[in-house]
Amino acid sequence: MHGAATASITVVYLARLREAFGINGERVAATEPAMTVGALRATLAARGGAWATELAPGRAVRIAVNHAVASPDTPIREGDEVAVFPPVTGG
Amino acid sequence: MAVRVQTEDFDVARELAALREGDARVGAVAAFIGTVRDLNDAAAVTTMTLEHYPGMTEKSLAAIVDDARARWDIFDAIVIHRVGELKPMDQIVLVGVTSAHRGEAFAACAFIMDFLKTRAPLWKKEDSPSGARWVEARGTDDDAAARWDRDSGARG
Repeated sequence: MHGAATASITVVYLARLREAFGINGERVAATEPAMTVGALRATLAARGGAWATELAPGRAVRIAVNHAVASPDTPIREGDEVAVFPPVTGG
Repeated sequence: MAVRVQTEDFDVARELAALREGDARVGAVAAFIGTVRDLNDAAAVTTMTLEHYPGMTEKSLAAIVDDARARWDIFDAIVIHRVGELKPMDQIVLVGVTSAHRGEAFAACAFIMDFLKTRAPLWKKEDSPSGARWVEARGTDDDAAARWDRDSGARG
């Protein structure tokens, strides 16, 4: 895919969501130049099944960009690492 | 300041001794040790598996300790969190804080634990005779962390 114009981002899934989706992570093509966390969540939810259920609006999902907790309007850029996970339960 | 995420157990006495070693300003050492219970929400727990997000966990814990240092006059702090498979009675987490007086040490230790529980990317999965399940986040933990916002204007 050298020279491809579409930016791609790394997305990792953790804990219960990793099990629900059945994958540890993947490369996702950005659907627009100015992709945001909210847009990524909607893109993933549109896959249906567990994606739609777990990422539905109102479900408690945390998303981090480059290891920092993000909000729906946080921009995502080529090369960023995005993590999608449930509320934390350490300690 | 030290933050460690590890599968191995830790020696509380040794860690706390190292934390205050050579620092004659220290008049108080506060510590919290979290351990695995054999019962949670009425289910017998046989194994608890802790998963984390490598890289972000360490950064998150370091940021929480930095926040504590900004709020209270503490000298040093250590946070050790175990990951992997643990059994009932195993140690999970150690938070240790040194300061001149107990008030600062107690407060900073509680603050670090409250934010660790609500911010650091760690997750518990419990195995019991009825199957495995991911532990659900508790609203009471969010309340515990939120109290520090209310307290922030009142500290002396």
